Amino acid sequence: MEVQLLQLFNGISVSSILLLIALGLAITFGLMNVINMAHGEFIMIGAYSTYVTQLFFTSNIPADYFGYYFVLAILVSFAVAFIFGFVLEISLIRFLYGRPLDSLLATWGVGLVLQQLARSIFGAPNVAVQAPAWLNGGLEVMDGIILPYKRLFIIALVAVVLLAMYLFIYRSNAGRRMRAVMQNREMAACLGISTRRVDSMTFAIGSGIAGIAGCAITLLGSIGPSLGTYYIVDAFMVVVLGGVGKLIGSVFGALGIGVTGTFFEYWTNASIGKVLVFIVIIAFLQWKPKGLVTMRTRSLD
Amino acid sequence: MKKNVWSSVVMVVLVFSLILAGCGGNSANNGNTGNTTPTPDATNEGTGAEGSTDDGDTIKVGILHSLSGTMAISEVSVKDAELMAINEINAAGGVLGKQIEVVIEDGASDWPTFAEKARKLLQQDQVATVFGGWTSASRKAMLPVFEELNGLLWYPVQYEGLESSPNIFYTGATTNQQIVPAVEWLLENRGKKFFLLGSDYVFPRTANKIIKAQLEASGGETVAEEYTPLGHTDYSTVISKIKEAKPDVVFNTLNGDSNVAFFKQLKDAGISADDLTTLSVSVAEEEIRGIGTDVLEGHLAAWNYYQTTDTPENEKFVAAYKAAYGEDRVTADPIEAGYIAVYLWAAAVEKAGTTDVDKVREAADGIEFNAPEGKVTIDGETQHIYKKVLIGEVQADGMFKTLHSTEEPVKPDPYLKGYEWASGLAEQ
Repeated sequence: MEVQLLQLFNGISVSSILLLIALGLAITFGLMNVINMAHGEFIMIGAYSTYVTQLFFTSNIPADYFGYYFVLAILVSFAVAFIFGFVLEISLIRFLYGRPLDSLLATWGVGLVLQQLARSIFGAPNVAVQAPAWLNGGLEVMDGIILPYKRLFIIALVAVVLLAMYLFIYRSNAGRRMRAVMQNREMAACLGISTRRVDSMTFAIGSGIAGIAGCAITLLGSIGPSLGTYYIVDAFMVVVLGGVGKLIGSVFGALGIGVTGTFFEYWTNASIGKVLVFIVIIAFLQWKPKGLVTMRTRSLD
Repeated sequence: MKKNVWSSVVMVVLVFSLILAGCGGNSANNGNTGNTTPTPDATNEGTGAEGSTDDGDTIKVGILHSLSGTMAISEVSVKDAELMAINEINAAGGVLGKQIEVVIEDGASDWPTFAEKARKLLQQDQVATVFGGWTSASRKAMLPVFEELNGLLWYPVQYEGLESSPNIFYTGATTNQQIVPAVEWLLENRGKKFFLLGSDYVFPRTANKIIKAQLEASGGETVAEEYTPLGHTDYSTVISKIKEAKPDVVFNTLNGDSNVAFFKQLKDAGISADDLTTLSVSVAEEEIRGIGTDVLEGHLAAWNYYQTTDTPENEKFVAAYKAAYGEDRVTADPIEAGYIAVYLWAAAVEKAGTTDVDKVREAADGIEFNAPEGKVTIDGETQHIYKKVLIGEVQADGMFKTLHSTEEPVKPDPYLKGYEWASGLAEQ
């Protein structure tokens, strides 16, 4: 019983990580329909930004404040990935709207370039990010069940990011313009919205959120040039299963994959578990090709 | 119309993602006998590299490692060490009075590329020998090329054994120089209940097959055997299973980046090295830097060399390596194995008086070298080398403290002929 409870927590935790890495893609792929194969590399950029922030703190800031570096690192990761995304959009992506296959190949190439760039700057071996002391250890809810603070922190972080995205997209003027452009570009342009600017901002925000994901991932996994490749498949899976174009779909997609995946893995093993999850997803997409949450607009038809 | 485009786009994305994941997944340290062994192209036969060029004042050798792609993480350092050895030999006058000229090729973490580049090195560059490879998949891909063209490959990484090609010298450990003695030591010192955890491909599966046979023969118990896909990033479920199985020892054959995730998450789950012994065979100094010493302190690893190995040769080696590539670099077992491979080859060439592959192979038998890890000797029969086996514990500074070392270098036994329980393993 205890183990089942722990597994449920693990499932939710895995879902939160999946959701975090997929949220940025839910914007760039889900809303903008850009197949961004470099998404994993934006995650990697976020992770390395965290590493650099840590280095900066250890060498320039008194050790007493070291614990706070991670909070700053989240913002730095967002900012750096945001800038990379912005530059990528104005230099490459904007020429590729409506040409999904071209953007697929081009962004894949960009991903490879970014990987090699990281390898040239930081060296090929992995680097280590030390988690701040307040994230070490865990909450012991009952005997034998320890909920690691890091995983609780990531769940909270996802909740905050989701809330911020919701407020931005559905409650702010910029978000309203963004939705207008995504739904009907010509009409929005006629009403005086600069669609160019909205496009580049949207893409940059999606990239920035990938940066936040990279920052969070440093707590759990490796930080190396190819780290993005481990997450890119899952990210696309979540968005496709959840339904392209709807953020809330990604939440359900992540929960579905995370929780079922964790239990399948517990009952069988990691390899078989993953296969079973893929089979379920494929079967599901046969039944509902548009994913869990279907968007009702004319723009997709 | 548009709908069709989109559904096909989604399919293409998924296919691409899977390909990418495949690449990412291959960050295996060792092993991974892939299904990619290409059949060597039957033309060009006989234009081999035998008697490779001694023309001019230089001897050409090839270095073939992954300098890009996921394996670059490990192989770049080995390339650096090999270059350093070549530079040292050149500074001391070269081999047979000639300077060594290096041709560096990039295997790009892609096994067919390794075969193609090996062919290029042997045929086009006419190199006398090649130092290279890391994963077993890359070695298995190159093997037919070297056998066909009668080239010579020096392979620097510990691997799963059960192989002995006349065209390859293995300077890393085979199973009886790493895994088998490690299991013996654990049984004696840490307990009998083993949890086997590995990445899901050939090296861990072969290693675990050997471990299970050994445990059965020596009164140990395998409580569980778990495999995760290469590049797996979430170990919470595996850790739950470890908690349930309550083993004395986790024998870890995970490879590449999965180690980072496993150890970080193990610590978060409240399990430290005091609560549970883990012994890894793919975590060396270089990996420790990437995982973080705070996470790994107290965990064990089995190798044949540590940066802290106390020999005068090692002191010189570490100092030279740091001087050449930066104070923050560390040396590790495969790096050292790459370094000594160059010296062993040079010694064999000096002894043979030529770079001719057959003569070098004959001359290599019995060659001794005072390596950083201590004295090593080439075993002519198996073309592996005698090595000491070390069990080490990770310290707070990321270095190993040697807990146990064999008195003498252990004779290589890739087919485990010296172990009764291992009979039948080789045939499977």
